[in-house]
Amino acid sequence: MKAPMYSWQASLAFLLVIFPIVVFVTNVGVPGLAWPYSGFSGGLAIALVTLPAWFSGRLLKLWEAALCFVCAHGAAVLLLGGIRGHEGTAGPGYYLVLASAWLLAWRCVAILSEQRPLSRLASTALRLIIPAIFGAWILIIWEAVTRGAGIPFILLPPPSAIGARIASSLPVLGADVRQTIFKAVIFGYVVGSGTGFLVAIAADRVPFLRRGLLPIGNMVSALPIIGVAPIMVMWFGFDWQSKAAVVIIMTFFPMLVNTVAGLAASGHMERDLMRTYASGYWQTLLKLRLPAAAPFIFNALKINSTLALIGAIVAEFFGTPVVGMGFRISTEVGRMNIDMVWAEIAVAALAGSVFYGVVALVERAVTFWHPSVRGG
Amino acid sequence: MDTFRDKLIPVTSILAGVVVLWYVMAVILNTPFQRDLDRRAGETHTLSEFIGKTLAQPKPTLPAPHQVAVNFFENTFLRPVTSNRSLVYNAWVTLSSTLLGFAFGTALGIIIAVGIVHVATLDRSLMPWIIASQTIPILAVAPMIIVVLAAVGITGLVPKAMISTYLSFFPVTVGMVKGLRSPEIMHLDLMHTYNASRAQTFWKLRVPASVPFLFTSMKVAVAASLVGAIVGELPTGAVAGIGAKLLAGAYYSQSIDIWSALVAGSVVAALLVMVVGIAGRIVDRAMGGRPA
Repeated sequence: MKAPMYSWQASLAFLLVIFPIVVFVTNVGVPGLAWPYSGFSGGLAIALVTLPAWFSGRLLKLWEAALCFVCAHGAAVLLLGGIRGHEGTAGPGYYLVLASAWLLAWRCVAILSEQRPLSRLASTALRLIIPAIFGAWILIIWEAVTRGAGIPFILLPPPSAIGARIASSLPVLGADVRQTIFKAVIFGYVVGSGTGFLVAIAADRVPFLRRGLLPIGNMVSALPIIGVAPIMVMWFGFDWQSKAAVVIIMTFFPMLVNTVAGLAASGHMERDLMRTYASGYWQTLLKLRLPAAAPFIFNALKINSTLALIGAIVAEFFGTPVVGMGFRISTEVGRMNIDMVWAEIAVAALAGSVFYGVVALVERAVTFWHPSVRGG
Repeated sequence: MDTFRDKLIPVTSILAGVVVLWYVMAVILNTPFQRDLDRRAGETHTLSEFIGKTLAQPKPTLPAPHQVAVNFFENTFLRPVTSNRSLVYNAWVTLSSTLLGFAFGTALGIIIAVGIVHVATLDRSLMPWIIASQTIPILAVAPMIIVVLAAVGITGLVPKAMISTYLSFFPVTVGMVKGLRSPEIMHLDLMHTYNASRAQTFWKLRVPASVPFLFTSMKVAVAASLVGAIVGELPTGAVAGIGAKLLAGAYYSQSIDIWSALVAGSVVAALLVMVVGIAGRIVDRAMGGRPA
């Protein structure tokens, strides 16, 4: 029989919990000791993180990954339950159990990322599960450390408090999203990208314009355009119009530069073919050059989706009516309601991802012929 | 390929067009206020006098280009550099945190990229988050970082530099991962036939191949880093820096000050990008690259 291959993560996880085990065993029955040295949940958590070290290398890889997954997360749940009511009192045992649970999660992810499944469904699932475990552990460690070390609430609230805050202030967050995203961002995004697109078509028609606008557009993209925000607030007032103006200016140039580059992307061969078909400028534009430019245009739309949110939020730092995501962030920071700020940031992150995701989905639908979508 | 001279005439004529348009807009936008002033003073002017006055208001809606230029020149060259109204001083304050953040961000980005390229677990678990994080409006975190760090007693350069670091490490990470993976299978196989170790492959093949990618992404990163530093100066009403100038201008409606701070920011951005570009070209040449 082959000697089992011990994984270093599981072995290290075991080494880390030796100290808590010793303390636990020697103190059995002594009440009032800090977690995990007493009680059922501490013992169970220690047992859970030691378990995979025993089985490491003796099981099928996938079973080992499942075991690590269950043990790591079970220990994490017990850990977070154990610290409730004893915030700020965590000793070394607490962190050792946390560290070894994290190592097991790493082991699980390491096994999973070695897998090269044949079916498409399984590989998609793996592509989602692996980052999900990673993200979950960032939250677990954040929660465990802020609560365990009793980090002051205004410094860094634990994720659970942020979640509670989101749940309890949904109307306020909804109003902010409506003001910032549905009014300022969407209007500015559509108008800015639209004008950028039209100017790019004009610039493509007139070579003089193209030669002049492209270097300027490239240079402008490096400038801190966000600085026009106070001017726009001065011109268009405090309401959403000024934010939309900032968004228009920020989204215009990326669209211009990318569309011009995209219109040059169709090959000579294809253009010659269109000529032999005796197609005019507009036919060539609509049937050949715009579809060929689509990947570039969508690239600009994706860049702009982030820029638009940033523009609208930062512009609100310069003055708004009493609603809006940027307004909420800057005032709640001043009032030291850091959990509300985090809630707003979480909403902004979610909105940004959804926005980007929608653009990416439309891109897949429109540029279905492109090699990067067909997956080669 | 457009040569420099091919571009020169179109670029200058479009810039000239922008300046002319700017003057026209300045007259149009400043007219209502000037008419109001004249009516109150009971004065009437000829058209040319009236236009002259719209271009010389102390707090115009849109300052004329020459007003901005004069203000910029005065605040840049005529004031002592130590004065807190000097643009050189304010630009330096912003620039120092930009550079500190940029240096940290680049280093962090490179380290993460090396980790992602060499550790499969990191590639599968961290990379999706790095890409996802580019879709969220990170700048929204800026005020919180500043205020929270100030509550712990950390003020001044470091919090602003942290925002710059945060903004600049994403482009570097993504660019470097691409760059370190850019050697073709052929080249990697060649290193294999030489029996090169992982470290040797890394230093002799991957690193040289990634240099062009590094400088391209550093150009993006340095611009992002400057934006981070400027926005970092907004929320606390920082005393100095380009962002502070913008905020002060916005509070007191000093539109000319805002515009000249904006020009200063643009000059700094253009210089930074240029410096990175030149450094990239020097490194490229030192490594034996030839102009294509």
